[in-house]
Amino acid sequence: MKVQNNKAWWLVLPVFLLVAFSAIVPMMTVVNYSVQDIFDHSTRYFVGVDWYKQVLQDTRLHDSLLRQFIFSGCVLLIEIPLGIAIALCMPTKGRMASLVLIVMAIPLLIPWNVVGTIWQIFGRADIGLMGWTLNKLGIAYNYASDTGDAWVTVLIMDVWHWTSLVALLCYSGLRAIPDVYYQAARIDRASAWAVFRHIQLPKLKSVLLIAVMLRFMDSFMIYTEPFVLTGGGPGNATTFLSQTLTQMAIGQFDLGPAAAFSLVYFLIILLVSWLFYTAMTHNDKTR
Amino acid sequence: MAEIRLHNLAHSYSRAPNGNGDYAIREMNHVWAQGGAYALLGPSGCGKSTLLNIISGLLSPSHGEVQFDGKVVNHLHPEQRNIAQVFQFPVVYDTMTVFDNLAFPLRNQGMNEARILAKVNEIAEVLELHPLLRKRASNLTADEKQKVSMGRGLVRDDVSAILFDEPLTVIDPHLKWKLRRKLKQIHEQFNITMVYVTHDQLEASTFADKIAVMYGGQIVQFGTPRELFERPSHTFVGYFIGSPGMNLIEVSRCEGGVRFADTVLPLSPALNQRLDELQWTSLKVGIRPEFVHVWEGFNEDARCGEVVHLEDLGTYKILTLRLDGQLLKVRLQEDQPVPQQQVYLSFPAQWLMLYADEYLVEVLPAQPQSQSSEVQP
Repeated sequence: MKVQNNKAWWLVLPVFLLVAFSAIVPMMTVVNYSVQDIFDHSTRYFVGVDWYKQVLQDTRLHDSLLRQFIFSGCVLLIEIPLGIAIALCMPTKGRMASLVLIVMAIPLLIPWNVVGTIWQIFGRADIGLMGWTLNKLGIAYNYASDTGDAWVTVLIMDVWHWTSLVALLCYSGLRAIPDVYYQAARIDRASAWAVFRHIQLPKLKSVLLIAVMLRFMDSFMIYTEPFVLTGGGPGNATTFLSQTLTQMAIGQFDLGPAAAFSLVYFLIILLVSWLFYTAMTHNDKTR
Repeated sequence: MAEIRLHNLAHSYSRAPNGNGDYAIREMNHVWAQGGAYALLGPSGCGKSTLLNIISGLLSPSHGEVQFDGKVVNHLHPEQRNIAQVFQFPVVYDTMTVFDNLAFPLRNQGMNEARILAKVNEIAEVLELHPLLRKRASNLTADEKQKVSMGRGLVRDDVSAILFDEPLTVIDPHLKWKLRRKLKQIHEQFNITMVYVTHDQLEASTFADKIAVMYGGQIVQFGTPRELFERPSHTFVGYFIGSPGMNLIEVSRCEGGVRFADTVLPLSPALNQRLDELQWTSLKVGIRPEFVHVWEGFNEDARCGEVVHLEDLGTYKILTLRLDGQLLKVRLQEDQPVPQQQVYLSFPAQWLMLYADEYLVEVLPAQPQSQSSEVQP
């Protein structure tokens, strides 16, 4: 007869505790807020899914969700191809290689609110180098009053800040391709485009998966830089989801709806990341 | 299709080479005739792959010329040389199907699809890749991938030559044998010059009509498997070819011959004379374990050695014995009696080779066994 023994479960305990403290407990507090209406210590009411219904019908949230998707889409469409292109151009040997690596890493080392401040000043029409120069050239540029200018500035800032990450990831991926693939391609008389299409791009797939996920998640949660640069304006033009959420939770103290919205926000990121992952690894699984 | 000639070729990976040690290929002249099946045999790091990459144009040599049919091709890129090369580890284009992989080199040269279809089908037939043609190349096993890699080389039958760089390393032993046969068949069918790099003498001798043995950046001998076995022109060939390799004994010069300890080996007058003409710093004699004659009993003319060790390999036995302080290996046939303790042996003069500074001493005029490979000691 088989002896039943459940002692092995004790081995799972450390991991369970770790995950509990890092994820489950903090998240349950949010869940807790999202289903109650709390006035003070002793006055609270269970409201079920009311807050969820409310946030899902909130047009302010709909608008910033739409802006958020457009922003993340633009970020991915610009940064991924640009990052790949830069990685392909980066020198592979000698001193230039290390120099370029250092230069590429610099934007990644700057604190986010400093990035916002840099671009806030750089773009100003009165004292900023870029803003002043553009206006002197006859281009009416003002990110504080023009929606288009504000969007372009926020996007350029993000591209400046984060394309390096994509480029460095792709660079490491390209370095990992054995020389023999390039040699075989030369023997087969492949064009440069064919080498890119059939060797480099397929071999970059796993790092690109990481790059796409990281850039999607980060850009979807962006807060500090546009907050410092435009404060979400002009109007609500550059107010993205996390800023709306913060206004709701801290500015208006609507903890219930904010908690409900946090969970929805989290689920959206999870869902989209899962979609990316599934789409990009789809081919590996089908035989 | 082309004859490939290497003229005063040398290559060093360092920018300022300092002496022979810095050269991966030491200056050499060599000809691969059109339509031949050749093996390039040598230990790891002897410069085989370097030489292959120089022929295909992936590497540009530091000195000398590579000529295809008399035309210097040094300045041509691999794309322009029209040469096929198969590498040690399989290279397939993961995103393509097996068919597209095989068609890829043909499409790159702008062949029309109808001919491509015919060519790919032909080569898939030969390599037995037909059931896989519609499959994606990333889902193949290692040896299927290597077959696809080979197929991409073989599908181009207008190439100057096909170079193989240890292509069967990743293949299962039973398949290895089959694929080698296939290559041989393809060679006979299309009459393309093939150069096959390997460190396995069995692979070399089953594939090639002629084998070039490389050692220390030089081709030390170029000949048929039989020539390499019977008359190794360098001690390395003697040691590397055969199992076990040649017995090599360091000897000193004496009146009328050479000797080690108390054993005197007389030489023919012609050889004695040749040895006097040459300048050398070290002398060795070599004899293959197969050619040492073992007497069944006591023999007056034979030398007496002492049995050290016996290895039974089934179809034959290898006897290790000590003769005047030198260890020798002797190959005994299955039916030959095995000597106990004492063994009587002699060295037939025709199989006893003499090496001065590692190179074979031959009585002039030298036998024309290496017409096309000039070795410079």
